[in-house]
Formats: sequence, structure tokens, C-alpha cells
Amino acid sequence: MQVLTKYVFAAALSLVVSSGTAWAAGEAHEPEPQDWSFNGFFGAFDKAQLQRGFQIYSQVCSGCHSLKFVAYRHLEGLGYNEAEIKAIAAETQVEGGPDDSGDMFMRPGVPADFITGPYDNENQARAFNGGALPPDLSLITKARHGGPDYIYALLTGYESAPESFELATGMNYNSFFLGSQIAMFSPLADGVVEYADGTPANVEQLAADVTAFLTWAGEPRLEDRKRIGFKVVIFLLILSGLLYAAKRRVWSTLH
Amino acid sequence: MSSESSKFTGLVGWVDNRLPVFSYVHKEYGEYPTPRNFNYWWNFGALAMFCLTVMIVSGIFLAMQYQPNTQMAFESIQRIMRDVNYGWLMRYIHMNGASFFFIAVYIHIFRGLYYGSYKSPRELLWMLGVVILLLMMATSFFGYVLPWGQMSFWGATVITNLFSAIPIVGDPIVTWLWGGFAIDNPTLNRFYALHYLLPFVIVGVVGLHVVALHVTGSNNPTGIEPKSSQDTVPFHPYYTLKDSFGLSVFVIIYALIVFYAPESLGEAENYVPANSLQTPAEIVPEWYLLPYYAILRSVPDLLIIDAKLAGIIAMFVSILVLFVLPWLDTSKVRSARYRPTYKKFFWVFVVVCFVLGWVGAHPPNEKVFGLEWLEVIDVGRITTFYYFFHFFVLFPLLGKFEKTKPVPNSITESVLGASATEKV
Repeated sequence: MQVLTKYVFAAALSLVVSSGTAWAAGEAHEPEPQDWSFNGFFGAFDKAQLQRGFQIYSQVCSGCHSLKFVAYRHLEGLGYNEAEIKAIAAETQVEGGPDDSGDMFMRPGVPADFITGPYDNENQARAFNGGALPPDLSLITKARHGGPDYIYALLTGYESAPESFELATGMNYNSFFLGSQIAMFSPLADGVVEYADGTPANVEQLAADVTAFLTWAGEPRLEDRKRIGFKVVIFLLILSGLLYAAKRRVWSTLH
Repeated sequence: MSSESSKFTGLVGWVDNRLPVFSYVHKEYGEYPTPRNFNYWWNFGALAMFCLTVMIVSGIFLAMQYQPNTQMAFESIQRIMRDVNYGWLMRYIHMNGASFFFIAVYIHIFRGLYYGSYKSPRELLWMLGVVILLLMMATSFFGYVLPWGQMSFWGATVITNLFSAIPIVGDPIVTWLWGGFAIDNPTLNRFYALHYLLPFVIVGVVGLHVVALHVTGSNNPTGIEPKSSQDTVPFHPYYTLKDSFGLSVFVIIYALIVFYAPESLGEAENYVPANSLQTPAEIVPEWYLLPYYAILRSVPDLLIIDAKLAGIIAMFVSILVLFVLPWLDTSKVRSARYRPTYKKFFWVFVVVCFVLGWVGAHPPNEKVFGLEWLEVIDVGRITTFYYFFHFFVLFPLLGKFEKTKPVPNSITESVLGASATEKV
């Protein structure tokens, strides 16, 4: 009986845990799991990779996609110091004001500013993209089944459509996307950005770097979470051991 | 003063003579005679209580930062996750705490079903528990709407629209629930108000649940009442320690999810802001409501009742049936230990509940295991039928026809064997 209950409990838990991903399949191709630096119990971001990813976002993605929940001050998490962040923020122009006469004006960005998107509103975004709306990327790795693996698969998964496939005009074939046709053209190509640290800028590297950056953008507290979690679990394991010993001792007078 | 009767002295005695909180705690959580033979399944009541406390405390911190406004709700959650000190921790504790609260409560309920804890004289205790379950379901639903993601919005749409199936007054009721002609800011505001209110109502009903428990005393794995003082032990230190150990293990699992897989129980779609013009590919509730969602979708047209209304009735009856369970079960023996046939059906029922959960998570027309002739809806119909069959047919009949095993003479005998009782 006890063995049975143990199995049922284990089965129940695994079902509960797996049910979250059970309906992820859909019609699209299942993305391959990648070996991310932030995976696992001791996972952490690779700061150099995040900076490279930010470079790709700034030079490629930001042409169409906003990143509205990330402020320049958050870039501290990429390993930039205060002066560097000020310099990065100052490269952009944001609307300030109103001044004393009630007029709005443009001023250089400051660390407290959030990253401004490329379009003023949704209608403008759609007008520039053939009716499609490029989603905000702040939470993209959390808002898609498969997370970072999916984003990586999508970015590297462009290919020419099979002959039997009817591709709508202005659409691109990508079997990882639900329905296999996506409005976004393949955004990455070998050498589309030039890395300062000399990392070869092939498509796989670019896709991995920008995906790592977007994962950070979606979950900037990931490292704190794993670090604190480790201490909490160790503490609880010791506490459980002590409580078990105490319980055994008290109950030993009964049996 | 002649009324100075407290067993406590000094300041504690002075307070106790005027407000007997110390006597109460001593009596109900110190001396409280508890059957000596609880197994670890008896931990889950205390674990549920722990979860309720964690939910209220973490929830109050979140409420200090959250904005119940359709324009700001989604963004305010992101502010909590990114900028508020330990906001991410509070949110992950709260969000996964709901799941762990349901895990604790579901195991607590299944334990009650297995050991017959609902039978006389514990009917009211059990019914109060069912009230708590209903309140939890409402609270979790309101809470899930608050982040104002796609699944929040469309989940709220599906659930509130259920009421439109009520004949004649259905549509006015839905408008009244929404506070307008669509789900919008008034809806979010009232759901927030109710999400803050209901947990305290739960606390009240939990209080009654505990009072009722301490009147009848706890059931135990043998299902027979304690007969002498050697059948029980004082709650403290025996069960305070056993519960503490169980709690610590439970919290390890909870912590592993909070710190290492905080999104594993949630739905990715809810990180897309609510959009009333775009329906998600699949609208699924949180895992703990999936079996009811499966029942809702499985019922076909029944005679003059259309499928939608029939499904709603079935869904509500699937929970309300628990209220009358003490009278549906005709068996004189409480514990499944001595009911070999019931024991088998109990495990069938557990499996059926898991299958219903699986059905709720999949589109009705999906093929099961790629089989041409079997769709998810078929599995849903079979398991839904069994769910009601179990309550309305099996429970009444088993009590009449089942050949039960002999129950032991006392709890002590079942723990230590027949010879030990004579020695003591």
C-alpha cells in the first residue's frame, strides 16, 4: 500500500509538472533544446554574450521591434558600468518637456528612460509591415512555448518553402512558426553585425547571442533567483533532516 | 477574585483569566487528543493552512504594487518582476503558491475519500471543506485575471459567459457581472476587490472547519473512533513535529518550483498583454481547474437541455455532489483499508480525475495517441460518465453489496498488534 501511494504521488507530481508543457506541441515543429549558459541549477548569463545580443537588438531587431519594459539603467545586468550606460542612453533622442513655455522638445536619453520603440503606435507599426504587428520583445522568451529554444529555432529556421506549400505574398516560410508562414523576413545573416570582441558573426552565433539577450530582457532576475534558491533548498534540506530526527526521537517513546 | 481559575500564572494567567487565548491554544493545539496512528496523508490539512497563510502574506505585498487598471495592470506586474525589491520572489511565491495550495487541498480531499472522513459524525466538517474548495476556485479564478494577459482575459470571457446559458436571465446576469457590455476596467476592478476579499472569507470558513474538527475529533487510517486514552496522543509534541517535518519536505518541492521552474505550471500565452480582438489558439484554465473544464466540454445535448447549459450543470454538480456524499455512501465501514472493493474503485476514480485533467488541457477534436477512431472528447465523455457513476451509483451500491474485512478492536491494536493491548 505504501509503495502504491508513493508511486501515485510521484505520478501526480510529474503529471502536474508536465501538464504545463503538454499542449505546447501544436502544428509547428518542436524546437531542439539548446545548451544555454543560464540553464540548470547554477545557470548564469554570459555577460559578453548578453552585450553581443544587445548589439544585435540595437542594430537589427530594433528597426521593427520595441523593448518597452527594459530601461537603460537595467543594462547594468549586462555588465555595463554607470558611465557606459549613460553613454548608451545619450545616443538616443527622447521627447522631453514641456518646457516653461509649454513646448515639447527632444533631449538625449538618460539611464532612467525606457528603450523607445521604432513606431509611435500600433497602426503605424502595421502600416510599415504590410499589416503585421512586430511584437514587443521584452517578454518574448516567456510568451512563447519553448522559450529561448523556440526563439533560437525560429531565427535559424528559415528555409525555402516546399513546392506543395502555398506561401502568401509577403510571407516567409519557417516551419517552427505556427502555420509555417511568418511575416518577418529572415532577420539574421552571416556578418549582419560586426562584433568588437572578434566572435565570428555567423547566423547560429548571432541567433544564440540575441536569444540570450532576450532571455535576460524577459527575466532579468534569473541569476538572483537561482542563487537564492540554492541557499533556500540547502537550508530546507538540513531543516528537514533535523525535524525528522526530532520527530523520530519524540515518537520512539510510543512504539 | 474567585474567577482566577486559569492554570497559568503571572501575566499570562492574568490575561488568560480575562481572555482565555492561552487556555484555548493549550487545549486545542497542545493537549488535543489525536489518534496515534496518522500516516503522512494526515499532514495535508496543516499544509493547506500553511499555503493559505503564504498566499495572504505574499498577496498583500503584491497588492501594494499592483495596479487594477486595464491600462496599467500588465505593466505593473512587470514592474514588480523587474524593479520592486524581491518583487519577483513575492510574485513567484504567490503564483506557484496557488498551485501548491490546490495540490495540498486535493490530496487532503482524496485522503478524506479514501479513509471515509466524511461519514457521520463528520458530515458538517466535510461540507465546510467543500465550501472552502468552492471559495478557493473562485479566488484563484479572480486572481488569474489580474495580470491582464491573454489567458487572463479570455479565461474571464469563457467563465463569465457560462452564466449566459441560464435561460431568460442569463444575458442580463453576464452584463451585471461585467459591469458593462464587455469585459473591461469595471470587471478588472471588481475581480481585484473580490480577490482581496475572498481569502479572508476562506480564513473564516477554515476557522469553522477547525472548530467542527475539534468537536468530533480527527478520523484516522483505521476509521474507528479512539476508545481509550492509549489510542490517542497529545497533539503537541507528536503531531506538531510530524507536521513540521512534512511541511519542510513540502516546502522543498515548492521552493524547487519557485526558484528553478517558476513558469512550468503557467501558460506562456499569459505573457502576451490582453487583446480583445485576438483570441488565443487554445483557451486553457490553470491545471487545477482542468478536470472541471473537461466535464464542462464533454457533456452533449441532453434531451431539451443544450450542451452548454448541460455542461455547466454537470460541472457544478461534479463539485456539489460532494455535499451529499455522506448520505450517498451507505457503507458502515469508514476506511478503505477494510473495504477491498471500494479501495479498487477509489484508485480508478483517482486515475479518472487525472485523465479528466489531461482531457481539459487538449482540444476536443485532437486524436488520442494518433488513433483515427478516438478523439479527446470521447475520452472526456467516458471519464465524465465514470465520475458521476462513481458517486451516484457505486457509492450507494457498494455499501449494500461489498463484503468488508473485519475492523480491529482498537487503534492501538491496529498499530501494535492484538497482544500488545493486553500487556499495556
